[in-house]
Amino acid sequence: MAELKLPVDEATIRGLKMGDYVELTGRMITGRDAAHKWLIESFREEVAPFMKDTVIYHCGPVVRHDDDGSWSFVAAGPTTSIREEPYQADVICTYGLRGVIGKGGMGRKTLDGLARCGAVYLHAVGGAAQVLARSVKRVERVFMLEEFGVPEALWVIDVERFPVMVTMDSHGGSLHETVEQQSRQKLEELLGLGA
Amino acid sequence: MAEADRYVETFVELVRRAATELPPDVVEALQKAREREQQETLAQRALATILNNVDLAREASLPICQDTGTPVVWIHHPIGVSTRELGSAMVEAVRRATAKQYLRPNAVNTFTGKNTGDGTGRGIPLLHFEEWDSPDIEVRLILKGGGSENVSAQYKLPDSRLGAGRDLEGVRRVVLDALVAAQGKGCAPGVLGICIGGDRVSGFEESKRQLLRPLPDTNPVPELAALEETILTQANTLGVGPMGFGGRTTLIGVKIGVLDRLPACYFVTISYMCWADRRAGVRIAEGGEVTWLS
Ligand code: SF4
Repeated sequence: MAELKLPVDEATIRGLKMGDYVELTGRMITGRDAAHKWLIESFREEVAPFMKDTVIYHCGPVVRHDDDGSWSFVAAGPTTSIREEPYQADVICTYGLRGVIGKGGMGRKTLDGLARCGAVYLHAVGGAAQVLARSVKRVERVFMLEEFGVPEALWVIDVERFPVMVTMDSHGGSLHETVEQQSRQKLEELLGLGA
Repeated sequence: MAEADRYVETFVELVRRAATELPPDVVEALQKAREREQQETLAQRALATILNNVDLAREASLPICQDTGTPVVWIHHPIGVSTRELGSAMVEAVRRATAKQYLRPNAVNTFTGKNTGDGTGRGIPLLHFEEWDSPDIEVRLILKGGGSENVSAQYKLPDSRLGAGRDLEGVRRVVLDALVAAQGKGCAPGVLGICIGGDRVSGFEESKRQLLRPLPDTNPVPELAALEETILTQANTLGVGPMGFGGRTTLIGVKIGVLDRLPACYFVTISYMCWADRRAGVRIAEGGEVTWLS
């Protein structure tokens, strides 16, 4: 699997496995702490169509306001996802999201949500602000800009070949758990513990 | 005044270099890492993306990572040069670099939660001064990212959980433990700056100062050179890998310094620096000529 077009259906998402590499093309939305809290306080009808069958990106972008009134992304790396752990599963299932992009992985509650509602966790390369900003071809619109400010607003963006890694799939697989377990075991070996 | 202003522009350029150009030795280490990883693995793809990103940032003179970190600065100056003047020049340089978008406005007022807007704040940039005998001024800078700062750690030896005593073997044990606790969260592959000894403050200072050392240098103390080598090799068998995706590259460097300590204390302080290992340096001669250091 190389390219994954957004919006995407559940069957395609269920076909993804932890360890897959994909490039996303199509429409997605950004959202971090303020956005997640706001999205579950009540159902946001105006935003819902922009979330159904696509992915939410944990990103606080640096955005430039161009002279013609349009916006462009200047830097767009992922932010740490675990802060959204209390909200994420509900946001996925309520809005019909097919995925989450971020960094660092998420916990059990989200992993269960992915399995229940048919979604995946996609890990972007942390710090790759320029590569990722260049994949953002167009800013379609923005929600809650006044209220939340640039990094926290919900930006609806069009991306092209946005590189991500599937690290949590919809079958309970988490690369983060696997790697952590294996590295802990290796550590015990290196320290001569637990044997 | 004119003189202070001249420092400012030189310091802005110093910040620009740090934020947008990864030092050649770091790029080389990342390239070697990419070659070492197996084809088509997530580890290799992550490193390829990182290297691609490094090129784009350099070409466009844009920040390598959007978290442009805390500027941590070490200034050596001759007798008679005002540290207050140098300090305000550096603060002003951070302001200008932020206005030019080399840096993101990255300082938040802890009480109000409001961003100060200009990149500076109480303790930001973090400045260290030292007088020396040379007539030159030398400034060295790192940009220390938040994600990697969050996984930095300080241990107190002995540590019975890890079977770590007050010796270099104990140091090895706690450092590897810290690395496993960090997983990929500090944007691996990283560089560890380590201080053995000191107190809780000086330990972190010295561990960060170690990050100024170029990756290929060799520690002048043979025991420490050996320990750096051992930790680096063993770390890369842990399988954490780039971004925690698994793989052969968890670290690209280990740098260890030592400070003396109180009889009652034995701290091991570990500063994790992410792959965006941003540092830069400049030497300003008595006559004003500027030499860039890497
Ligand atoms: S840890 Fe480093 S590379 Fe990762 S987001 Fe922070 S500053 Fe950027």
